[in-house]
Amino acid sequence: MNPTLESGVLPDWSTYGVVAASAVLAAALLLAAGAFSVALLLILTVLVAMVVTYTWSRRVEGPRRAKDRLVTLAIVAAFGLALIPLLSLIFEVAKRGIPGLSIEFLTESARGQIGGGGAAHALVGTLVITGVAALISIPVGLMAAIYLTEYGGGRLGRALTFFVDVMTGIPSIVAGLFAYALFALFLGPGIRLGVMGSVALSVLMIPIVIRTSEEVLKIVPNHLREASYALGTPKWRTITKVVLPTAFAGLITGMMIAVARIIGETAPLLVTTGVVDSINSNPFSGRMQNLAVYAYSEYRTPGVFKQASYDRAWAAALTLIVIVMVLNLVARLIYRRYRTEIR
Amino acid sequence: MEARADTTTNAGQLLAAASGGRRQWGDRIFSNFSVAAAVTILALLAGVAAFLLIQAAPAITASSSELPGGKSLIDYIAPLAFGTVLAATIAVILAVPLAVAVALFISHIAPRRLLLPLGYMVDLLAAIPSIVYGLWGIFVLGPAAVGPMRWLEEKLGFIPFFEGPASVTGRTMLVAGLVLTVMILPIVSAVAREVFSQTPRKLQEGALALGATRWEMLRMTVLPFGKSSIISGAMLGLGRALGETMAVTIILSVSGVVTFNLISQANPSTIAANIALDFPESTGLAINTLIASGLVLFAITLVTNLAARAIIARQNIQ
Repeated sequence: MNPTLESGVLPDWSTYGVVAASAVLAAALLLAAGAFSVALLLILTVLVAMVVTYTWSRRVEGPRRAKDRLVTLAIVAAFGLALIPLLSLIFEVAKRGIPGLSIEFLTESARGQIGGGGAAHALVGTLVITGVAALISIPVGLMAAIYLTEYGGGRLGRALTFFVDVMTGIPSIVAGLFAYALFALFLGPGIRLGVMGSVALSVLMIPIVIRTSEEVLKIVPNHLREASYALGTPKWRTITKVVLPTAFAGLITGMMIAVARIIGETAPLLVTTGVVDSINSNPFSGRMQNLAVYAYSEYRTPGVFKQASYDRAWAAALTLIVIVMVLNLVARLIYRRYRTEIR
Repeated sequence: MEARADTTTNAGQLLAAASGGRRQWGDRIFSNFSVAAAVTILALLAGVAAFLLIQAAPAITASSSELPGGKSLIDYIAPLAFGTVLAATIAVILAVPLAVAVALFISHIAPRRLLLPLGYMVDLLAAIPSIVYGLWGIFVLGPAAVGPMRWLEEKLGFIPFFEGPASVTGRTMLVAGLVLTVMILPIVSAVAREVFSQTPRKLQEGALALGATRWEMLRMTVLPFGKSSIISGAMLGLGRALGETMAVTIILSVSGVVTFNLISQANPSTIAANIALDFPESTGLAINTLIASGLVLFAITLVTNLAARAIIARQNIQ
């Protein structure tokens, strides 16, 4: 049949109808073969739906439309396939993490606890290490971004842009080795300190801060700067009183996303901050536990009660995911609520 | 952007000229601070390379009998580098087609009101800590993959990749590769989505106006336009997969072999996983050796990322 103007079009319900019918058919086939499983059902449903859609559409609408429908279905199926790990991950972390969560988990350390105790020491460590990393990275990163957008140009600017790209690609474990190499050179081998972890995380965080801040500062319109100059305002006052306030919401959002990106880092801390059972809130003295390494070591070296250790590892993973999600959500809310409308 | 920087600098100079040729002290301090920040970052990066070299030097100069395992440094690192590249390659091969589909779905197929939540979900996938992926891989995906891997061994065992004997724990190269796939998917698809949605509207609408179906429009305008961004996104994902540590450390059961067999119990380790496993218990020259292997990893990811940036830069010029 030629795809002329008079040629037919599949009814509106065809997509959903075909998928539903395919699901039923696939279920029947699998039950008949005696090999029913959810995964197989989904795969077979998609395959059957693709074949049915293509043949039906080809007869009614012609080969080009049929191919369009086939590819659309394939893309939607691929998207669904990509979502499965995310849904499974969130579901499993919630399911396995909740049994290990308790008041004790959040308030007690593991010092002298035969049954394992809590993760308060890890929670404190995560906050201290990440906080110090943010204290190092945010001023340096923000000033560098200001340099790039406001003073910009020149060989230093080009070199900085290039090397920030290079820094973005540093593997996290290499950042950890760098911090170890740096401190071991001055304080002797085998050294483990909270601040070493912060230095390692800063190497990972600074490029993120620069990238996001640069993006935000770039969209501050130039006429605002020029209006300020026209009033005789010096450049540094223009930056601190006009440019930064205009970009404020975006900057805060960028910082929070940068913190969310590094708060769950494990590898660099494994080689710099060590493993310890008691609460230590001083980054300049002794080993310091953190949530990600805690989850890893509870999995790697489970205590006497294996399942309880695994529960604690999952609880730590759940806590981390919740922190990351909250940081991301709050960042988005701040951006929506406080961003400056730029026309 | 260059032009904008120029106008502001000019304005600054005019202003300086107007105030008697001198810049205010506040201006000087502030600009010095920002230059200092820029220089600090360059120094930091130079420091990363320098300190790693200093700490790796003893292992590079030591004779092979002093090194762990009594092998030369190259013999020590080569199998690890092989495992690193193998795991990352699996991830990129699986992730790129999927990422292109996800990007096309979000940029051109999904209903408009789904855009924000979908974008958020992909971002979230990128923000989940790698330790969580590792736990998910060993406790959920690994056990679930045992059945399919046995099936692969039975039906496709003649292909060297699926030679078997299939692992009964799921701690295999294939599972590690799958977890890396999930981890780099958001990166690759974010780069692709960005460029897909910048395809000039007139091209797309022109194609549709000439009677192209949506797929023909995508294939003739959007995909050619985004081709180099797909490649550079894939390279960025490769860089990420090469350096990924915790997921591989947790999942892979390693034995130092060099093999393409993806589903057996004996797997090559990766550089990053090997460091994470051995570093906490190592002393002396063993530490220097691990740092030397980290330097190799740094070099591999550096080359990959620079290649990706070069492709992006070339595209921007066009």
